[in-house]
Amino acid sequence: MKRSKHPFLQDLKENRIKWLMLLPAAIVVILMCYIPMGGIVLAFKEYNYHDGIFGSPWVGFKNFEYFFQSGKAWSVTRNTILYNLAFLCVNTVLQITCAILLSELAGKWFKRITQSVMFFPYFISWVVVGAFIYNMFNFEFGAVNTFLRSLGLEPVDIYSNEAVWPFILIGVSAFKNVGYGTVMYLASIMNIDGQLYEAADLDGANMWQKIRHITLPGIRPTVVILFLLAIGTIMKGDFQMFWQVTGNNPMVLEVTDVIDTYVTRSLLQLQEFGMTSAAGLYQSTFSFLLVLLANKLVKKVEPDYALF
Amino acid sequence: MASKTQIGKKPIGRDRVIFDVISVVVLTVLSACCLLPFLLVLSGSFSDQTSILTHGYQLIPETFSLDAYKTLFKIPEDLLRAYGVTIFVTVTGTFLGLFFTSMAAYVLASSTFRYRYQVSFFFYFTSIFGGGLVPWYIFNTKYLHFHNSLIALIMPILINVTYLLILKSYMAGIPEALYESARLDGAGDFTIYLRVAMPLCKAGLATVGLFIALNYWNDWYDAMLFLDEGRSDLYPLQYYLNNILTKSQAIAAAAARSGLPMSEVPSEPMKLAMTVVATGPIILLYPFLQKYFVKGVTIGAVKG
Repeated sequence: MKRSKHPFLQDLKENRIKWLMLLPAAIVVILMCYIPMGGIVLAFKEYNYHDGIFGSPWVGFKNFEYFFQSGKAWSVTRNTILYNLAFLCVNTVLQITCAILLSELAGKWFKRITQSVMFFPYFISWVVVGAFIYNMFNFEFGAVNTFLRSLGLEPVDIYSNEAVWPFILIGVSAFKNVGYGTVMYLASIMNIDGQLYEAADLDGANMWQKIRHITLPGIRPTVVILFLLAIGTIMKGDFQMFWQVTGNNPMVLEVTDVIDTYVTRSLLQLQEFGMTSAAGLYQSTFSFLLVLLANKLVKKVEPDYALF
Repeated sequence: MASKTQIGKKPIGRDRVIFDVISVVVLTVLSACCLLPFLLVLSGSFSDQTSILTHGYQLIPETFSLDAYKTLFKIPEDLLRAYGVTIFVTVTGTFLGLFFTSMAAYVLASSTFRYRYQVSFFFYFTSIFGGGLVPWYIFNTKYLHFHNSLIALIMPILINVTYLLILKSYMAGIPEALYESARLDGAGDFTIYLRVAMPLCKAGLATVGLFIALNYWNDWYDAMLFLDEGRSDLYPLQYYLNNILTKSQAIAAAAARSGLPMSEVPSEPMKLAMTVVATGPIILLYPFLQKYFVKGVTIGAVKG
């Protein structure tokens, strides 16, 4: 009779130490991820603090209507996707270039120093990056304007100038992430079979031919996979970056607001719960579908690297 | 690769020379771009207020001055408290995070655990779908009462699924035979984890531990969400810096406590001096720890 118990319960009993060892991490994940997931019902409710998540009245799709009719839905979605695409393209090109240059370079100390210097920005907080932006671009004292004035040129006021922000943000993203990706692609280049290069040398191939016909094809799978995986996160804006770099500046929100900053600002400043939940659900649903799509594509190209 | 290309003992070709020149130029320029913001902040922090107000920030300060640091250390209580909060949160969070993550990773890597795929997916799923910020925020504040507590700074980033998977792949590399022999000696799972698995994946633990520690050290987001203005005694370093930089009241409050009249407070260089002080430990430790991070990134790249 005892052996015919449900296999799960039986495992729970036999492997109770293993299950106990999983417990702390599982509790954190349940509290921080799974229970809040239940809160997505908020997107269909009008939240009031007194009644809580489950007591507040249902309002159907009103929150979504509000979000889409505000005109913000389109602009923040557009910004999120376009910025992510731009970051992806610029960063990938820079990362691959640096990785190839570093891999072929002979000078050991030069290699080590440049790689360390370029990797370093990855380790500092976005608050510190915010200080960099202030230090460089502040209208009155910023180093950029000091420099422009010393040349007798007009200082730029970036805080009311929408056109410069895409460039600043792309530059900051590269500053923070190029080193990280370079290390990654460098590892991928090091995995290429060294015999290919020796054979190419014997055939009299020059540097460019080796890069074109060995290195680039060699890292192609990594590039393709990282690109596809990036599609899965294209709806997620880098909140910390946008918040700190733009300083939440109201003058240029049209071109700097992404879904994540919009949601956080509405939550903290307007205490707008229903509409922000709707925006959040819209974002996580699309993100989820995109991850599934990306995974399907990876499975097709490189089945070994599929996420699940 | 570099050495291999020269094995042929060919004379150094023109392509190699051009390539080396391009490499050195491109890498030098990019490194300079990465270094420049740090140098600007450093030099700004050693400038004096009047020269900044008249000339602006410069790469080489007009007049060298230690005023900003002197003022900052005149009222060290706030700064030291912020440091204390950050160190406490980083140490506690890293220890607990590493302990919980590695225990779970051990179980998920064990081939005798029948439900390993299901449980792995249970963890993994949270990284591809979430309920969004608002339900999470309401749950944490209204139901868990994290508002104005240190738990709010530790709990949200305690478990990171990516690190769990990295450690799991480290643990999966340990030969099963080692576990078996320990088991024959009568060791239970927890003992095997502690005595066999942990010592064998020290490198993995170091890497993941440093990533967790870095996340805690740099965190300001949870402080922004969960700490009220009145609870500045709980502010971690980065959030304290954030306020000095973005809220003029924060500098004014510091000035009032230092006893200096507001007009004499070097507010501009102080912002940058604060930035330097908050980043200092990372700059000092970076040369020693870099290799572990490189390892972590490499594993992440290969094993996804």
